[in-house]
Amino acid sequence: MMSIKNYVNNLSDEDLKRIYKKMLMIRKCEEHLGEATKNGAFPGAVHLYIGQEAIAVPLCDQLNDSDWISSTHRGHGHFIAKGGDVKKMMAEIYGKSTGICGGKGGSMHVADFKKGIIGANGVVAGGMGLAVGAALASKMDGNGAVSIIFFGDGAANQGVLMEAMNICSLWNLPMIFMCENNQYSEFTHTSEVTSGKIVDRAEPFGIPKYEVDGNNAVDVWQAAYQAVQRGRNDEGPSFIEAHTYRQRGHVEFEYTFLSRTYRDQSEVELWKTNDKDPILRLESYFIEHSKYSGDDIEKIQKEVQDEVDDAVKFAIESPEPEISSAMDHMIER
Amino acid sequence: MSKQRMMPAINLALQEEMERDNKVILYGEDAGISLLGQTTGLQENFGKDRVRDTPICENIMTGMAVGAAAAGYRPICHLLYGNFIYTGFDSIANQAAKLKYMTAGQVKLPIVYMAVIGGGRSAAAQHSDIPYPALMNLGGVKVVVPSNSRTAKGLLKSAIRDDNPVFYLTAAGGGRPEEVPDDDNYLIPIGKSEVINQGNDVTIISIGSMTLKALQATKKLNEKGIGVDLIDLLSLVPIDEDTIINSLKKTGRVIIVDEARDICSAASHISAILSDKAFKYLKSPIKRVTVKDVAIPYSPILESHVIPEVADIVNCIEELLELN
Repeated sequence: MMSIKNYVNNLSDEDLKRIYKKMLMIRKCEEHLGEATKNGAFPGAVHLYIGQEAIAVPLCDQLNDSDWISSTHRGHGHFIAKGGDVKKMMAEIYGKSTGICGGKGGSMHVADFKKGIIGANGVVAGGMGLAVGAALASKMDGNGAVSIIFFGDGAANQGVLMEAMNICSLWNLPMIFMCENNQYSEFTHTSEVTSGKIVDRAEPFGIPKYEVDGNNAVDVWQAAYQAVQRGRNDEGPSFIEAHTYRQRGHVEFEYTFLSRTYRDQSEVELWKTNDKDPILRLESYFIEHSKYSGDDIEKIQKEVQDEVDDAVKFAIESPEPEISSAMDHMIER
Repeated sequence: MSKQRMMPAINLALQEEMERDNKVILYGEDAGISLLGQTTGLQENFGKDRVRDTPICENIMTGMAVGAAAAGYRPICHLLYGNFIYTGFDSIANQAAKLKYMTAGQVKLPIVYMAVIGGGRSAAAQHSDIPYPALMNLGGVKVVVPSNSRTAKGLLKSAIRDDNPVFYLTAAGGGRPEEVPDDDNYLIPIGKSEVINQGNDVTIISIGSMTLKALQATKKLNEKGIGVDLIDLLSLVPIDEDTIINSLKKTGRVIIVDEARDICSAASHISAILSDKAFKYLKSPIKRVTVKDVAIPYSPILESHVIPEVADIVNCIEELLELN
């Protein structure tokens, strides 16, 4: 296991502020989505990232538009972290013409190729090949760009992961396997469907592995730093397993169709406490280790909430897609 | 012009296109040594960066093409046999065919998925399939099926230059040598069929390996005084509806010869198009000469029983004209 305790780069006050603000942006957007879906404010289902913000943000904080990310059905967080436009994401989830995909993709397919966001993905491990292909392109371009596949503990059991690790190691591709182990594969505890430790799966392929507390933004930043530098320096792929917890359901509204519960509410509540929740943890670290105070935090919270409110307003007020657009963007005939 | 068989013609097209555009890359299992001859010499000419031997991993190969295309390359994903398309089908059906649409056209995906398809070689059921019916139904991919070495060259060059995912599916046998233009801009447009014999009594629409058999059947029918309009379809997505409808207007009778199994075959779809759009010109039912609803057997005698032969085409037309 690579040590992440040798901090290679200390985070400045401004770094922490930027990361905190973006994590909060994800949280506030999704709190809105979790509420709004109850009233049927938008079509379709949402899979929320709440509780996992300390993974996407510290990693994407180190990326440029020329770097690629490919993500999961729980993809709003990755989209925002990589610099995706919050208004356009919100409008997409509301199915509007102003959405980043014109209302044709929705929650599970938010993407912005100009920002290097290959997109969320409705197929578990479906983004794996896409990220490897982008890593291959970056390698051939020789531009130092890296490619990240965000995937969950559930996706770690898809065979394509093995194919991806093999080829990335073989070709020394600038790829980062970022496994977000949120402990649940849909509605089943991952320990019931997974043998061994996920991070150990990197070992036989000779891929350096990092295991981090995924609810500690600073630790994730440090591990990501090493992985990103390896990619930029043409040193090949890295594998990070970030341990976290899915505070929300696999999908919102799940108890309207599930026949029984699959976890205790006390377990969920535990992960929302000051000691566990990634945003609360960063908040106290931030106050303790930077020049910023609780008042500054409140100011940031207000700014973020205003921006989310604006995005929601934009989404609600935006027009529906033109019917004719349903036939656009297939192959030309 | 020079006479070539199918695989050297494909190889020539690949050489020319890789020479023309350095964003064209190719990868596949045994791409360097080349199992069937399509990629012979490419690695020597263009290097191991652009012509890569992959592990045996169709699942990641088909997805990689999408990622590399999105990032600016024009990948050719060489899948060897058509049946292996099924192994890599998730990224084909869920990613390649959908990504442009789902993202409102944010991305172009200039990908060629290349494989040999069909039977006739005692390769048995897992190396003899015709996978295009499933591909035609995906919506987001083009499908071309050359019939000989000339069309193989022209269609492959068009496929490589196309900005959409294109399935380029050729017969493994390769048929007989044909004259292939030397022109390094020799393109056959995707979506256009070719009328390769003119006649007034019946239309045969043939696909891929069935075209040579249809041509042989046409000669036999000519000897019996039956004039055949023979259309080599070449593209399954998009389909050249104008040419097939115009031919039907002329002859009033159509048979479609397709090496796919009959259920939801290209033939059944073409039949539906014609009955929908040209019903009033029909003098008799549209007939499909297709593979029976079975897996392709190993034994030559069994295999030739289930795959359409020249005699099946001739018999079908004679029955249609009530000559039997």
